[in-house]
Amino acid sequence: MKIGVLALQGAVREHCNSLRACGVEPVEVQYMFQLSEIGGLIIPGGESTTVGKLLVRHKMLEVLTDMGRDGFPIFGTCTGLILLAKEISGSQQPRLNLMDITVERNAFGRQIASFERDLAIPEIGEADFHAIFIRAPYIVKVGAGVRVLAKIDDKILLVRQQNLLAAAFHPELTTDLRIHQYFIRICADRP
Amino acid sequence: METGTIAVKRGMAEMLKGGVIMDVTTPEQAKIAEDAGAVSVMALERVPADIRAEGGVARMSDPEIIQKIMEAVTIPVMAKARIGHFVEAQILEALEIDYIDESEVLTPADELYHINKHQFKVPFVCGARNLGEALRRIGEGAAMIRTKGEAGTGDVVEAVKHIRTVNEEIRKAVNASDEELMTIAKELQAPYELVLEVKKLGRLPVVNFAAGGIATPADAALMMQLGCDGIFVGSGIFKSDNPAARAKAIVEATTHYQDFKLLAEVSKGIGSAMRGIHVGTMKDEAKIAKRGW
Repeated sequence: MKIGVLALQGAVREHCNSLRACGVEPVEVQYMFQLSEIGGLIIPGGESTTVGKLLVRHKMLEVLTDMGRDGFPIFGTCTGLILLAKEISGSQQPRLNLMDITVERNAFGRQIASFERDLAIPEIGEADFHAIFIRAPYIVKVGAGVRVLAKIDDKILLVRQQNLLAAAFHPELTTDLRIHQYFIRICADRP
Repeated sequence: METGTIAVKRGMAEMLKGGVIMDVTTPEQAKIAEDAGAVSVMALERVPADIRAEGGVARMSDPEIIQKIMEAVTIPVMAKARIGHFVEAQILEALEIDYIDESEVLTPADELYHINKHQFKVPFVCGARNLGEALRRIGEGAAMIRTKGEAGTGDVVEAVKHIRTVNEEIRKAVNASDEELMTIAKELQAPYELVLEVKKLGRLPVVNFAAGGIATPADAALMMQLGCDGIFVGSGIFKSDNPAARAKAIVEATTHYQDFKLLAEVSKGIGSAMRGIHVGTMKDEAKIAKRGW
């Protein structure tokens, strides 16, 4: 199975490296036709307004929304989380409109507030996950079908809704592969 | 919880990859840049072409202008401090700017020393003409590098020269045997540990953007094909006929730099590029890239 990394803008290389380290061949996805070659897609960190505009310009936004609704696995990190959300506080920017979550952009503050810290994620194992947050969003509200996998206080940071996974931080910037492996299992388990 | 770490500073630049950072001087221009798909804007009082034309001392921009631009957009905002002017950098950090460019485009404030960038929580980008200069800046704490090119000219020739030089020197380090590396470090005047890292990674340990003379979608794609991670456009957008159309076209060209049909398409009907200055006709003392050490 190959897994795609949306390669319009952002930390594409790092996600490809993480997938390779998991033994999965990555595909840098820039065009619609490539979507049929892959068993899942990662939307990497980047600038959400830029990636959203490029998805619209290349008519990929609606296609990905339809695929996501049909059970195609998508994993969004940071920008990817924002693009997966149905609600983005105070913004009308283009999005995939797939997950029942309300997202606050740059919710921790500007770059000076970017941080790293250990996070408990029982779903992927006992050991804490060292998470890197960069101008990160967080989720303020989730719908009934959304499972919260990690949070700090009331700030929701990792969620799963069936075939969809979204993280406010950047597992691709660390060598801990557990979240990528978790997503690969979602792709492999797809009926 | 730790802030201002190397991981978050370098990581921020990783998120800008494949994108275009545009120089803007007003909130209106910042909106045009954001609407065109810029990943970030550089808040300035004057674009490099005007700094070059008007002469005098070029300093950090008025904090009020910078703040108005920060309020106008949701994308990250960068601003420039003079080389060695750590107080300008302290002021920019106090404004909570997202990235500081210690820039040769402004008049240097110190003829010997660059800013000790490790002391700041806000990350820095610095210009470089070759691998040694890039690694010295990284050694001082820069979390992102850009080619210097020749700012404000609209002539891409110097940016090409700088990325080709960096690439050539990286290849030399990668192919060198272990006993050669100390001599290479000596020749490059670069920290030995960083030369080792370059050999291991086969590239710079931080993101490397193109800057200084990019004026067209083709220029942007050229720099991407030469191996840059993204593009700074200074005067090239707002000194052109149709900034909104050109900005959008340069964003497309930076993403799809290997799609020649698309490059042809986006290069159509975007008006004239900035007139520019042919670097080959410039006197040496007029060149900005020589600033910095």
